[in-house]
Amino acid sequence: MRKKVNTAFYVPYGLWLLLFVIAPMLLIVYQSFFNINHQFTLANYATYFQSGTYLTMTFNSVWYAFVITVVTLLISYPAAYILHYMKHKQLWLLLIILPTWINLLLKAYAFIGIFGRDGGLNNFLGWFGIAPKQLLFTDAAFIFVAAYIEIPFMILPIFNGIEELDEGLVNASRDLGASPWQTFIHVTLPLTMSGVKSGVQAVFIPSLSLFMITRLIGGNRVITLGTAIEEHFLTTMNWGMGSTIGVVLIVTMFVIMFLTGERNKRRVKGGKHHA
Amino acid sequence: MRKFKWSHLYLIFVFIILYVPIAYLVGFSFSDGDRMSHFSGFTFRHYGELFNDPRMIQIVLDTLLLALLSALIATIIGTFGAMAINSARRSVTKNTVLSLNNILMVSPDVIIGASFLIFFTALNIPLGFVSVLLSHIAFEIPIVVLMVLPKLRELPSSMLDAASDLGASDFQVLRDVTLPYIMPGIFSGFFMAFTYSLDDFAVTYFVTGNGFSTLSVEIYARARQGISLEINALSGVMFIFALVLVVGYYFIQQQQTAHKRKKGVR
Repeated sequence: MRKKVNTAFYVPYGLWLLLFVIAPMLLIVYQSFFNINHQFTLANYATYFQSGTYLTMTFNSVWYAFVITVVTLLISYPAAYILHYMKHKQLWLLLIILPTWINLLLKAYAFIGIFGRDGGLNNFLGWFGIAPKQLLFTDAAFIFVAAYIEIPFMILPIFNGIEELDEGLVNASRDLGASPWQTFIHVTLPLTMSGVKSGVQAVFIPSLSLFMITRLIGGNRVITLGTAIEEHFLTTMNWGMGSTIGVVLIVTMFVIMFLTGERNKRRVKGGKHHA
Repeated sequence: MRKFKWSHLYLIFVFIILYVPIAYLVGFSFSDGDRMSHFSGFTFRHYGELFNDPRMIQIVLDTLLLALLSALIATIIGTFGAMAINSARRSVTKNTVLSLNNILMVSPDVIIGASFLIFFTALNIPLGFVSVLLSHIAFEIPIVVLMVLPKLRELPSSMLDAASDLGASDFQVLRDVTLPYIMPGIFSGFFMAFTYSLDDFAVTYFVTGNGFSTLSVEIYARARQGISLEINALSGVMFIFALVLVVGYYFIQQQQTAHKRKKGVR
């Protein structure tokens, strides 16, 4: 009796696992073996690995994601570190999180205005006598905007990592004669590495698949794995090839998760997932 | 002392970077021009346009309805899912289900969107409100599970046994003991699910047909056409909304931790 009641409750969740987790993943792998005329083929993978275009695109996408992650990390680590020693740090943290609650598209849209030819940044540079430049649709703009969006998602896990750090160890290191720099390199950094890894994971994977930013800010100059998938699914309607790239993206994701260690709960707010 | 100042300066710099775009966006919503350059006179005109744009109002209502409905359903399914995971006896089963649960949390949205698109097409489900609703429920369930599960773990089994021993039926135990205890988890789960839905762009973009649109998709479509200060006005409204949500969430969390401390439960 008890068993039956319980099972009835769990059915929807089980169905969800089956229909919306397992089935779609299998379907995307299955779809990758079909060409545009619905014939079974290995041609998608052959094309992917033989034509230099796709491999270059993948390499570029990984490279951009890497640069975005490094830039974000370099800005975020000191910020998280300083934040840890602030008074009212919960309030400051809330202020870091707040921008993540603004719709992603709106933030990207803001930069269309700021980076525009007569936009805010060019006006600002104008005060220093610098002539207006083409800022929008450049690689630098793309990387900057992507980093801007990812910063809170990097600060948060690093901040949590630093919070968990036992202050006594830092003091001990200083008492034993280590310089602040030595303490940082040999004590603080290794002990907060897990936070850094979660942050890297939370930034790198979405950076591979950002496609609306490449369109709005990158002006289609930058093509990421995400852009390519979107293009194949929604524009050229070649779902087979799109799925093949999807499989590549999934594999890349697992490699990154493996490299950065399993522990992660992915951007649990203030951080939410986005492409 | 000097070092201290430099570090504060850095933090202020980071905050400026974080907030300048938002301020820029909202600031120009009051500009009496049509472009996001050269502020020309103060006006509420764009807000007027926004509130008189029936299409936009329809989309805002649709987006809110979608978020509420999907969050509600996801919360119900996710809560029972968390109970199922919690009651699993073998740790292998538990870990497998948890890993499966987290797949949608780590997958890039493009993958979720693309695979759902294949899925709906294979099942002949027409693209529109229903497909978007199903997708939102699907990607919200795991976060609800993750929010509820810790609460269930904290729930002392002695309390459940006591209730049963005193003659409560399974249903009564669930209603009078388990649910009240895990309510804060359920509440945060619902809240997160709601914001996930409001925020989603990529998944919706893949599975929405021509007929149905959400705010994110609409903003994307308009932004691709260029600047329209009506979007700025919209972002002003949404900023206030986000501010209210964040402050609300902050207070709920504060209350929860205060509550916890009082009861001495960790």
